[in-house]
Amino acid sequence: MGETTITKTQFAKQTISGLSSIITTAIVLLVDALLGYFTYRLITLGYIPLAVVFILIIAIISFAFLVPKAHMFRWMAVGLAAWLLFSIFPILYTIYNAFTNYGDGHLITQTQAIAQIEAQTYLPETGKAYQWVAYRSPENTYLLWLKDAEGNTSIVRMVDAQAEDYTLEVVPGQNGIGELDEEGAPKTIEDYTRLNRISAATDKNLTNIKFGDPEKTIQIRSPSEAAELLPLFVYDPEANTFTNQQTGVVYSDIEGTYTAKNGEKLIPGYSAVVGTKNFVQFISAPGLRGPLATIVVWNFIFAFMSLFLTFSVGLLISIIYGDPKFKGKKLLRSLLLIPYTIPSLITILIWRGMLNPDLGVVNRVLESVFGLSPDWFNVPWLARSAILIVNTWLGYPYWMLVTSGALQSIPSDIYEAAEVDGATGWQRFWNITLPLLLVSVGPLMIASFIFNFNNFNLIYAFINGGPPIPTATTQAGYTDIIISYVYNLAFASGRGVQYGYASAISLVLFVLIAVMSLAQFRFTNMWEEVGENV
Amino acid sequence: MSNKPQSIKSSERAGLILRWLLAIVLVTFSIFPVLWIISAAINPVTDMANQQLIPKNADFSNFRELTTNPVFPFFTWLKNSLKVSILSTLLTLSLTTMAAFAFSRFRFRGRQGLLKAILLIQSFPNLLAIVALFSIVKQIGDVIPWLGLNTHAGLILVYSGGAMGMNIWLMKGYMDTIPRDIDESAHVDGATDWQVFSKLILPLLRPILTVIGILSFIGTYGEFIIARTLLTKREMQTAMVGLQIFTAGQYTQNWGVFAAGALIAAVPIMAIYLILQDQIVGGLTQGAVKG
Repeated sequence: MGETTITKTQFAKQTISGLSSIITTAIVLLVDALLGYFTYRLITLGYIPLAVVFILIIAIISFAFLVPKAHMFRWMAVGLAAWLLFSIFPILYTIYNAFTNYGDGHLITQTQAIAQIEAQTYLPETGKAYQWVAYRSPENTYLLWLKDAEGNTSIVRMVDAQAEDYTLEVVPGQNGIGELDEEGAPKTIEDYTRLNRISAATDKNLTNIKFGDPEKTIQIRSPSEAAELLPLFVYDPEANTFTNQQTGVVYSDIEGTYTAKNGEKLIPGYSAVVGTKNFVQFISAPGLRGPLATIVVWNFIFAFMSLFLTFSVGLLISIIYGDPKFKGKKLLRSLLLIPYTIPSLITILIWRGMLNPDLGVVNRVLESVFGLSPDWFNVPWLARSAILIVNTWLGYPYWMLVTSGALQSIPSDIYEAAEVDGATGWQRFWNITLPLLLVSVGPLMIASFIFNFNNFNLIYAFINGGPPIPTATTQAGYTDIIISYVYNLAFASGRGVQYGYASAISLVLFVLIAVMSLAQFRFTNMWEEVGENV
Repeated sequence: MSNKPQSIKSSERAGLILRWLLAIVLVTFSIFPVLWIISAAINPVTDMANQQLIPKNADFSNFRELTTNPVFPFFTWLKNSLKVSILSTLLTLSLTTMAAFAFSRFRFRGRQGLLKAILLIQSFPNLLAIVALFSIVKQIGDVIPWLGLNTHAGLILVYSGGAMGMNIWLMKGYMDTIPRDIDESAHVDGATDWQVFSKLILPLLRPILTVIGILSFIGTYGEFIIARTLLTKREMQTAMVGLQIFTAGQYTQNWGVFAAGALIAAVPIMAIYLILQDQIVGGLTQGAVKG
């Protein structure tokens, strides 16, 4: 009796697991198919790198869910896919962009650029022609009656009419078509007026309108003739050149722009690999190099001073008020923590208002008490000081929290021994407290340095890097740090976007950050931790 | 002899007074901006130049203005912010917890390499790759419009994909402290990996889930630059993007309205911080950085 139950449950279990594995396989294959279709669409649009990432994602998912041995990867397949797509790929893509001229005039892929150039048409002066009659509606939409040399007639709508059928059959009674004249053209069409020669000749729109199917458009060439438009440029995939059908000029591909011998360029260009040009430009162009030197130096000063000020104020508070005998400690801590509890962007914007040189409360107070009115937004060193003041306000509570915790963990007998040896308060601080503290919070200091090194929010939201550096050829200011400078290169409107160049600087910045991060990992033993069997 | 305790007392008292004086200066520095923004928010005079610390005729007209002003659809933004932050926090939590479980409980080839890679990649600020992120989301959107630019789904995916690194590490570190004997004995009793994870491990993760959840919520709530780059339509933007764009314009005349918005946007985060202070401090000292 007992045995049969066991076999029954075992059997049931096996069936269930067999069934569930079939279902799993089916679902995985379905997901793969969907992703595969998506990948195919990406390829047709010319987004090859992204398509490769999706092929990798399909591989990861199939491997994790279909190979029994790889069952541990099921736990992270989706996470890895998201990580691949939005963490790794953007970095690789940035590296790739750094070697291209991606930016204004080179924003699309080669496939898209070729398609756009091929879509340009011209009206041939000779060739197949139609006799035509035009009809106009009160809303200024037009219909065109056409008759070719063989005597076939048809009526076509405008290309941008977005109708289901662009061509109507010429049958009286259908689509509001009235009686036909001797040529076969309708005398009337409902809602439309037939234009006679004179009114057609004086209609300014008519000769510019494209009629018919978007793939095969027809335009009016002369008062008596309409003709089919032909592609202006024909692409030769082998030579990678375009030839102008009207003039015969050949345009060959030069760094993503099809250019004629005389320098004439076809629009649009595409994003093409230009080698190390961005890096060379980075080093050689004075208008770019000049502000960059200023920015890099300030970036280091800013990160260092931010760390120094926030750490000092935080430590000062936790030493002075860390004394357990001090009453009101808790209340004080809560009040001093307040800056930390507000989303940093909001506090930055509030300070921006308070430090407004003309109307802000800080200057109104300074004006009435000391008769001073410092221009925080337009004098470089004042702007930099303002940024440091704001950052101190934003950051000291963090160090207050961290150091008060760390101070408590320093054993008190060390202090007692020092007191016996006759050490003064200062000596104790410099020789015991600070060194021990630096060891325990060192990694956090590096993390904080890196954070401030890239503190884009503060720089950008406060005064967008201003005041401007006058010699710079792109948007650059005295309080800009590398990351905000890069952002403006890429996205600032007005002077054109330079994604390729911005990516090149990003790469240099990434190397700097990677070095600092590795130092931090060394410090925290995080690196070694992986090796241990934990 | 009798003088000595007296003098210690008086020097102690002097020290105490000094400390309190310093405390007053520090507290003024730290809470003045907050008081100032509260005062501006309830001041019916919206012009920055005429703000007073104690406003005359205080009322809630600025808050009312928030609900009616068409160029400042603040509550739509706030709703967007909450939606995006909550969903990306939930997504981040589920993705990282499951991945961390595999890293903590299974031994497989490539485990160390992957962990190191995740950590190193994390140090690359995804703001630096913003051009690439923009193009990727645009390209995806060309095929699947509801995941492209100007969609919340796209932004949520970008946030979640970018938040994997440090969180996996924090989570794995915490899981490593849960003895493996527990799951081994459960395995002996016939429990599957999924049952071990969901019935045994997950309930024990509550403290770290809270920390990562809060920090991730606060981080995405406060983020504005990726949001601003990916969301260009006014009605899709988040509160932070809206407030930032607002101050880029003629904000000095509408300072009171801005203050009211800033105050409402800050309140949820302030509440979280003050209530859950201790948990957050624990997470911060383990290496998380405020966003």
